[in-house]
Amino acid sequence: MNKERRVRVLVAKPGLDGHDRGARIIARAYRDAGFEVVYSGLHQTPEEVVQAAIQEDVDMIGLSSLAGAHMYLFPRVVELLKEKNADDIVVCGGGIFPEEDIPKLKNAGIKEVFTPGTPLTEIVNWVKENVNPGGV
Amino acid sequence: MEIVQKIKTGDIRAVARLIRDIDDNIPEAREVLKELYSATGNAYVIGVTGAPGVGKSTLVDQMVSHLRKSGKTVGVLAVDPTSPFSGGAILGDRVRMQRHSMDEGVFIRSMATRGAFGGLTQSTRSAIDVLDAMGKDYVIVETVGVGQDEVDIVRSSDTTLIVLVPGMGDDVQALKAGILEVGDIFVINKSDREGVDKTVGDIRLMIEMGEKRYKDGWRPPILTTQAAFDKGIRELLDEIEKHRLHLLSNKTMLSKLRYEKAKSDLSEMIKDKIAKEIFIDITSSGEFEEAIKSIIDKKIDPYTACDKIVSAKLKSNIR
Ligand SMILES: Nc1nc2c(ncn2[C@@H]2O[C@H](COP(=O)(O)OP(=O)(O)OP(=O)(O)O)[C@@H](O)[C@H]2O)c(=O)[nH]1
Ligand SMILES: [Mg+2]
Repeated sequence: MNKERRVRVLVAKPGLDGHDRGARIIARAYRDAGFEVVYSGLHQTPEEVVQAAIQEDVDMIGLSSLAGAHMYLFPRVVELLKEKNADDIVVCGGGIFPEEDIPKLKNAGIKEVFTPGTPLTEIVNWVKENVNPGGV
Repeated sequence: MEIVQKIKTGDIRAVARLIRDIDDNIPEAREVLKELYSATGNAYVIGVTGAPGVGKSTLVDQMVSHLRKSGKTVGVLAVDPTSPFSGGAILGDRVRMQRHSMDEGVFIRSMATRGAFGGLTQSTRSAIDVLDAMGKDYVIVETVGVGQDEVDIVRSSDTTLIVLVPGMGDDVQALKAGILEVGDIFVINKSDREGVDKTVGDIRLMIEMGEKRYKDGWRPPILTTQAAFDKGIRELLDEIEKHRLHLLSNKTMLSKLRYEKAKSDLSEMIKDKIAKEIFIDITSSGEFEEAIKSIIDKKIDPYTACDKIVSAKLKSNIR
């Protein structure tokens, strides 16, 4: 791996729920781990998330959702990435989910799902181990 | 090269990846840039700079909307500082420009300033070239006005906007001399706030008293905007257009500007390339650490150490 490659992550919060504290905390943890974090704010459609990810050439999309629409929104992002031939971008999810949703999300192509109790260092390490900057 | 063709026809993924490779210093990207050079020089480049939080991104977002309404295509580069502690960065300007993400006539890219030796300027300049070559009519570059770098980026812009907010004129210290000298248009944003007239007056005075005023016959106007409420944006774009026509109206001035730009581009590039290659050599060989130790132990002085390193490189080949 070229040592000048830097991990680029898009932190996005699709759906309608109103605050992004969690997304901001994770964005800061990523920055402190040396990643470049594109933060694109609240209320985005999956289409907007995917378009931003492609323009920004990120290695990973971290989706966060609290309002329960994750079963639609997260898989839709994966689907759109496939349509755009951009499914080399890893998709992760974070938020408050019922336990039984997690395997379903993983089946739909969400590579990992983090629940509120997961320590930030664990999330950061997961990214370091599973995401190759620049796809190499 | 196939990729060159893809960039010229505006292939989003190819453009996005090329900018990444430029940022990550991938040697192939340089080869692509060489091929693209002949396709550059058509976009009009607007630099937008100012202190954190003055409303630059909101302003850019509104400018993009207005330019799109007149049928122009736009590329945006939003540059934010890299954390000196971790090397990471939070790039948050996109938040304000979200509504353009589905518009094919708009390409928005966030960049971090990255390394210390001219990283920002070199990568940003090259990224401007890429958006230019992909056919965008306008390229808008947002930088935070805190260091030397944004004065550098100004040299790559055709028109430079300095964004201020009411109250900022009071604090003369906050406005570095350099920044007043490079502004082609001054924008007092958040003019819904108190103290606009005073700020306009203060800035006017500071500009008039500056040395380089009436740069090439252009008197920098001061405009007031409310980016959050879409007020004053049309007038701002009109003023940018006036500045563009002003630049175009004078052949000798235009060739002088082109000369200055090519000159500064090339000198930055030379410095950047030499510094980068030397650092790669001396860090991978361990010579850098050794030299540092010797300097601390007073076995060698830093001047001699530097001369030795540089002359060794000059005798070898550039990669
Ligand atoms: N009152 C008022 N607020 C504004 C105006 N324009 C922008 N803002 C607000 O100012 C805040 C910062 O705006 P940004 O556009 O993010 O500012 P910025 O200069 O890009 O900030 P950085 O990129 O962080 O340096 C936001 O909350 C905007 O809504 C305005 O005309 N009036
Ligand atoms: Mg901004």
